[in-house]
Amino acid sequence: MVIKIFGNYFKRIFSNLFKSRGDIKLGFYGPPNAGKTSLANRICKDFTGEEIGSVSKVPHETRSVQFKEKVEIKHKGKTLMFKMIDTPGIATKIDYEEFLKYKVKKNVAKTRAKEATQGVIESIKWLDDMDIVVIVLDATKNPYNQVNITIIGNLVARKIPVLIVANKIDLRKADLKKIESAFPEYETVGISAKNGTNLEEFYESIFKLAKKV
Amino acid sequence: MAKKRGNNKLGKIKGFSIQFLPYSEIRDLSSNERIRKILGIVLGNNILILQGKLKPEEETRLIGDTMAMIGHVKSFKGIELAVISENGDDNFFGRMRTGIVNAISKGELGAITIIGPATIVKEIKRNPKKIELLLNK
Repeated sequence: MVIKIFGNYFKRIFSNLFKSRGDIKLGFYGPPNAGKTSLANRICKDFTGEEIGSVSKVPHETRSVQFKEKVEIKHKGKTLMFKMIDTPGIATKIDYEEFLKYKVKKNVAKTRAKEATQGVIESIKWLDDMDIVVIVLDATKNPYNQVNITIIGNLVARKIPVLIVANKIDLRKADLKKIESAFPEYETVGISAKNGTNLEEFYESIFKLAKKV
Repeated sequence: MAKKRGNNKLGKIKGFSIQFLPYSEIRDLSSNERIRKILGIVLGNNILILQGKLKPEEETRLIGDTMAMIGHVKSFKGIELAVISENGDDNFFGRMRTGIVNAISKGELGAITIIGPATIVKEIKRNPKKIELLLNK
């Protein structure tokens, strides 16, 4: 028994020493329209010159998982290589009639709803493959949403480091303190992906989390 | 169960019931059986009040399964879901006491989970101290 414990211990140390470390898989999760793609675009544009996906005011614009490989992020003289994974927003209900409010045609809305349901399923499947996850929340909305709690609960169960980003702090209704008090166990960074506000603090937190990977 | 689903039209609300499920009813079930039981209740136009809470992976499984049903089950638009957990005592002994009780009961009995079909439940508004169930007209 004791030999087996020691055996496993040394095996773990050696495998950690010699394992080839690939790019850090950085996932963007959260409810629809929180600004996941806006943030991922901002980072990708800053470091690769290209965006990862399109953004829209209509919810569920991202309906399939999008990637950007080899994103080399430089911060305070340090460099880390990331694989960026932008995921569709997770929701518990999707009604095509919601899209009609944005003057989307009925058949387009129905297709969008169908694709959005598939997107949610895809996002959930990808949870296992992440090294670090950024939960992007809309700072103007109530953070006590079960979807947010469920995603975080799943990440904790999988021992995946989490950073909470309160996006849209440029808006008057934004309440960063409310988000911080909803998730006191996690580091929360307030940003505006649209204006690029406070991204230095965001990178600082990402580099800190990367040490845990 | 399929017969039950067929008999209850989702969408137009002609009536619904609130069903309470004690944790003892799901304690010994596998994750698959738990999800199936919950879906059976919710698809029957019921708002479920479950004593305790599901595991995080069961919650995501429930979300995934309901997403897969949209477009396949008539008028089904998904669910509304909320869990209220007991914060418990902040001190060490309080947390230890809650932990022991949860370990003995094999579940978090201080929590309550509310699940309803989105056609009936418009929104579950919550903050740390209260929960509001808003129903569709």
